[in-house]
Parts: sequence; C-alpha cells; structure tokens
Amino acid sequence: MNNLETFRSETRDWLEHNCPKAMRQPARPGEDACWGGRNWVFSSEDQKLWLERMAAKGWTAPDWPTEYGGGGLNKAEHKILKSEMRRINARSPLDSFGIWMIGPALLKFGSEALKQQHLPPIVRGEIRWCQGYSEPNAGSDLAGLQSKGVDMGDHLIANGQKVWTSYGDKADWMFCLLRTDPEAKKQMGISLVLFDMETPGVTAKPIKLISGSSPFCETFLDDVRVEKDQIVGDINQGWTIAKYLLTHEREMIGGMGLAGVGAASLSQMAVKQLGSRHGILNDLMLRADIAKWEIDAAAFAFTAERVTDEVKSGHGVGATSAMLKYYGTELNKRRFEYIMKINGSDAMVWEGDSSNDGWAAKTWLRTKGNSIEGGTSEVQLNIIAKNILGLG
Amino acid sequence: MALVLNEEQQMLKESAQGFFAEYAPVSELRAQRDAGSEKGYADKLWPQMVDMGWAAILIPEEYGGLSFGHVGMAQISEQAGRTLTASPLFSTAILGVTAIVLAGNEEQKADLLGAIAEGSLTLALAIDEKSFHAPLDIEMSAERMGANYQLNGIKRAVVDGGTADKFVVAVRTSGKAGDRHGITLFLVDSSAEGVCIERTSMVDGRNSAIVSFSNVQVAESEILGELDKGFGCLSATLDAGNIQLSAELLGIAQESFDRTLQYLKERKQFGAFIGSFQALQHRAAHWWSEVELCKSVVLKALQSLDAGDEKAAAMISIAKAKLCEVAELSTNEAIQMHGGIGMTDEYEIGFFIKRARPAQALFGDYSYHANRFALLKGF
Repeated sequence: MNNLETFRSETRDWLEHNCPKAMRQPARPGEDACWGGRNWVFSSEDQKLWLERMAAKGWTAPDWPTEYGGGGLNKAEHKILKSEMRRINARSPLDSFGIWMIGPALLKFGSEALKQQHLPPIVRGEIRWCQGYSEPNAGSDLAGLQSKGVDMGDHLIANGQKVWTSYGDKADWMFCLLRTDPEAKKQMGISLVLFDMETPGVTAKPIKLISGSSPFCETFLDDVRVEKDQIVGDINQGWTIAKYLLTHEREMIGGMGLAGVGAASLSQMAVKQLGSRHGILNDLMLRADIAKWEIDAAAFAFTAERVTDEVKSGHGVGATSAMLKYYGTELNKRRFEYIMKINGSDAMVWEGDSSNDGWAAKTWLRTKGNSIEGGTSEVQLNIIAKNILGLG
Repeated sequence: MALVLNEEQQMLKESAQGFFAEYAPVSELRAQRDAGSEKGYADKLWPQMVDMGWAAILIPEEYGGLSFGHVGMAQISEQAGRTLTASPLFSTAILGVTAIVLAGNEEQKADLLGAIAEGSLTLALAIDEKSFHAPLDIEMSAERMGANYQLNGIKRAVVDGGTADKFVVAVRTSGKAGDRHGITLFLVDSSAEGVCIERTSMVDGRNSAIVSFSNVQVAESEILGELDKGFGCLSATLDAGNIQLSAELLGIAQESFDRTLQYLKERKQFGAFIGSFQALQHRAAHWWSEVELCKSVVLKALQSLDAGDEKAAAMISIAKAKLCEVAELSTNEAIQMHGGIGMTDEYEIGFFIKRARPAQALFGDYSYHANRFALLKGF
C-alpha cells in the first residue's frame, strides 16, 4: 500500500470510530450547524464531541500547518479526507469565517505573532470572527470606506460605522478595514485591523431582513482602541489583503450556490407536486423552464469541476471566482423562483408546522441577497470585463 | 477523470489549430462560395486531413485506425468551427465510422473502415424526411424482392449528400412512423440506379442534398446491423454527431467572442473605445461566462461518451442544448456589437451566424435536446 492508500484507510477507520451517528447527516440550514465561539451553545453533546475530536486532529482546518493547530495535510490527503467524510455523509464540524476568510489571510500576510495568537483558537472553534468591510456609503464602492483609525503611537482609535456584518452580534473578534491615511489616494490609505468585539465602544445591532431573519448587523465603532500589533501586514497596505479576502468570499458564496445546484433536483420536486402524464410534467411551460435551469446547473457544476482540475494540472485558472460567484448566485435565485412556482400557495406560507415555518418563502427571499453580498453581480461583471477581458 | 485535456489531446488541438489557420481560414470559405463550389471546400483539403490521420481517429486499431476517441476528434471539430471549415470529416469520419463500428459485420468493417482511413471512401447519413429532425418518424420503405430489398422514399438535409460515395440510409422495414422497432440501416451506393440527388444550396455554403430513392435495388448483404433493429445504432450515431456538432459550435462561439472582444478594443465612438462602455462590458462579461460553461459541458459529455457511461446520452443532450443556446447568443451579439459593419458581406463576422444555425438545427436544436434531456430525466 502506498502512503495515500494507508492514509485513506486510517482516515476511514478514524472517522468510523469518531464521527457520532447524529453528525452523519447534513446540518439543517440555519439550525444546527456549529459556528463555535465563546458564547456558543452546542445543540447536542454529539455536536460538541464532533468538534472537539476533529479540532484535536486539526481537521477543522485540514490544510493549515500543524504549528498553528491545523491538520498539515497536503492537497491529496485533504481530498481524501473530504471524500471519506462525504462517504459517511459527515457534516462539517465547524462553520467559520475564521477558517474560510481571516485564517487564510493571516497565513499569507500575517506576522508570526498574529498567526500564533489567532490561528489555534480558530481551529479549535473557540473564537468566532466577523468581517467589518461594508459601510452605509461604501457598498459596491468598498474602497470609498470612511471609518477612521487615528494613529495614537502604540495604538489606533477607531470611529465609524460598518454594515452587513455577518453574525456581528454573535462574533468574538472582527477583522475590519479602516482608513488610516485620509490624505492618501482611495485604495492606498486603508489598513486591515483585528479587535475583540468586547472592546469598549463596539456595538453590534442586528438588521432584520425581508426573509425575517437577522444574519447581519450594523456595527458602530465609537473611540475603539485597536492595538497596533493587531494590524495585518503593513499600515495603509490593507487593500491588497482585503481584495485577497474578497476573492475567498466570492469562492465561498459561489460554492454555496453550487451546493444548492447540487441539491435535490427541481424536476423531481415538480413531478411530485404537479404530477405527470406519460412521464411528462403536467405544466408544460414550467417543464421547459426547469429543463433549461437543470441544463445550466449541470454546465455550471462541470465548470466548477473543470476550474478545480485546471488549477491542479497547472493549466492556470480558466474561469475565475468572479464568474463562479456571478453565475452561481444567479442560478440559485432562479432555483428558488422555480421552487416557489412548483409549490404554489404552500410556498407563500410564512409560519406554521405544515410549511416548515415558511422555509420556502424565507429561503427564497434570502437568496435575493446572494447576488448582492460579497460583491453584486454587476461588480462581478465589472471584474470580469476589466481583469479577464481587458476592457478598460 | 480530470476535466482537462491530456497531453496527446492537447497536441492534437494545437496541430488542428495550426492546420486550419494555414490551409482553411475563413477567407477560403468565401473563395469556395464565390466560386460556386459544389463541395464547399478545396479539393486538396480532404487528402491533407487524411494524411494527418484524422479520418482514422475514431476507427479501432484492429481496423487500421487510431482509437483516439471523441475527445480527440472534438479538438478538430472545435478548430474547424473557429475557421468555419467544411470537409467530409463529419459525415464520413464521425457519422459513417460510428455507424459501421457499432453495427457493421466483420466484412463491412474490414472493407469500409480501411477505405475511410485511407481517404478513398466518403459517406453520408440519410435520416430525416421532413424539415425537422425526427429520427423515429421514418416512412421511407424497403420491400423484400427475392434476394434484394427495393427502396422507395425521400431524404432531406443529407449533409454531404451531393458528394458522398455511399449513403447510410435509415429505412422503415416494419411498423409505422414513431416506432423504435422496424428501422433498418442500409448501405446504398450514391451511383445506384434510381438514386436521384438534388444539391441544395444552403445558408452556410455547404454541401447538402435532397436524395430520392425510386425502386432502388439493394442486396440483403448491404444491411448495416440487424433487420428492424437499426434504431439503437442510429441513436448512438446521432449522439456522436451531436457532441461533435457541439464542439464545432463551441469553436464558433469562441471565435465570435474573440473577434468581437478585439473589435470592442479597436472601435472608437464618442471619443472612446466602445469596450470602455459598461453597457457593452457587462454583456461581454456575461457572454464570456456562458462560453466558459460551454467548454466544461462539451468536455464532460465527450469524456462520458468515450468512457461508455450510461449517462452519456443525457450529457450529450445537455451539451447540445447549451451549445445551441450559447452559439445563438454568440453569433447574435457578435453582429450587434460590431454594428453596421457586422451586417456587411465583406466582413467575416457575419459568416459565423450562417454556419451556426444549420449546425444547431442538424440532429436536433435547443428545443429538441432540452426535451430529450427532460424525457431521459423522467419529467
């Protein structure tokens, strides 16, 4: 047996013994996914056990170096771990902006001290992070942000307002963009800083969305003290890191679209709800729409596969995260429009057991934000036009 | 399997790129059209392609072929799409070879495949009898007359019908239009008595024909496959044709896009390059995204066909439907973004729409394949 085969059989064996039965099914959306953090209340003993066991092996962040608590797996081993987890339908032990976003940025741009301080608690799920990027007047035009960090020698004093802070009311730390040089050109005077959400002067208020949920906050910064050793990279050089992080975010959101695309098929749902005659769905116009959607969804899923394979084989990136984000989120919005049509008036129900507490209506409304958050579809098209097509 | 070309496929793609750029650029299509060429391509082109081994790509090694598969062949189809190059490759080396390999007996395979590989035999597939693709609606008849069959009927949209040496003809030997059972494939010489070939001049300048058969005598030994059981082979041959047409449409979509992108960077209005206008940038970016999806879906379907995957038929319908949609988008956007010059015959961009539509329609357009995909998926 070669090393990878050994790794696979050991991993399979370990998962078999360590993944609790209840964790071998997908988390119900918005309900029992584990986000960790200081104030996290585990939904079950199994959820706690699963996180602790995976974190102990560093497998909440499988490809991070072991010196920061990660799993230290190479690409091939990481792939094996993922496929073995899929095999038993094991859910992710930890959903985390720390692992998806600030962690990779710290690994690439952070000082040794910042890595030592922040990465291990992220791996263990002890600290939950949020992102302080958008502001009321800096959405698509992110580089126009105005929240200030004034240099006080050994620390900065931050003032301003952030908005669309995902889970800002539940997070322990924020990674945040501040304007630290008001004289410099737009992108040149921005720093990426880290601070504890319990620092005096930080207030996060949930925003209620059209979907009824409040996953985002507005976050107010009033004379917040930020230590200078918590600046990632050099002062005033945060924009490069911010852009790197946005790429990660696009990939993440594009990937979520993909997860939706791969979920139970629209056509099966439609046949179940509307019936068919001689194998043909009863609503012919809807049938044509669903066929088109499923063709696009298949083509999109193959594209995500091809992009990954091209990177692996060193062919360079054909399509970019901007395209996947754009197309994936637009597909997901279309998917929910069809789910609404397929389910008729049942889909309009807002509350009650029979409608799973308005799951269809609420999720449908939430998808409208997919093509806004993380850079609107229009911003993604700008990025494609400028960076890939060279249109100035 | 990784969704990328392997080294050999990549080399074939590059060699096809070089070949078509040198010997069959779009200007050659114009020259053939203006000269009123019946074949639609230069005489010397096919022998050159045969010399490159391209006629033998799908032929198994034991019959003197290369066994290089559909992924390989599609690299040539795609590049021929970029230069709008007509040749016997599609009818002979793709459709003809596929049908013979699937259904031919040992003798037929040995005779015909060898002749195709060396370039001495061309074929044409004759199926449809009306203006729309409907492979089950075959009414052309074959009556048993002693040791022979007597064929009567008419076939339309026969690609390469004007030049092929032999036809592979789908004929009804029992049952009625609409039945799967009762379709038989016959090999018929184009010079046989009673075969009347009417060349039709098409929008893409290519060689197509209406072929009528009156009391044509064909020996029983000329049946390809089994009596009444030809539909399986026909369907698989159409799948092979459709994925190669998808690859050609991918070439057309990419070339239309590349040429238009270049134009957006050259053309100035209001004192600025028109590519600096966001209205056009967003359309170009969306269009590019669609073409990226096309690359993936074509390669996936090709790989599944080569692997003998049971889902290959559905994959191919997904690919053809998507490529029909995006080739239409591409050729329409190309003309619109070029503006007035895109409407002139002098400029080459207008040639792409003229080839795209016949390639879309051949063996089923968007609606046909979206419907077929839905049926295969059970809705």
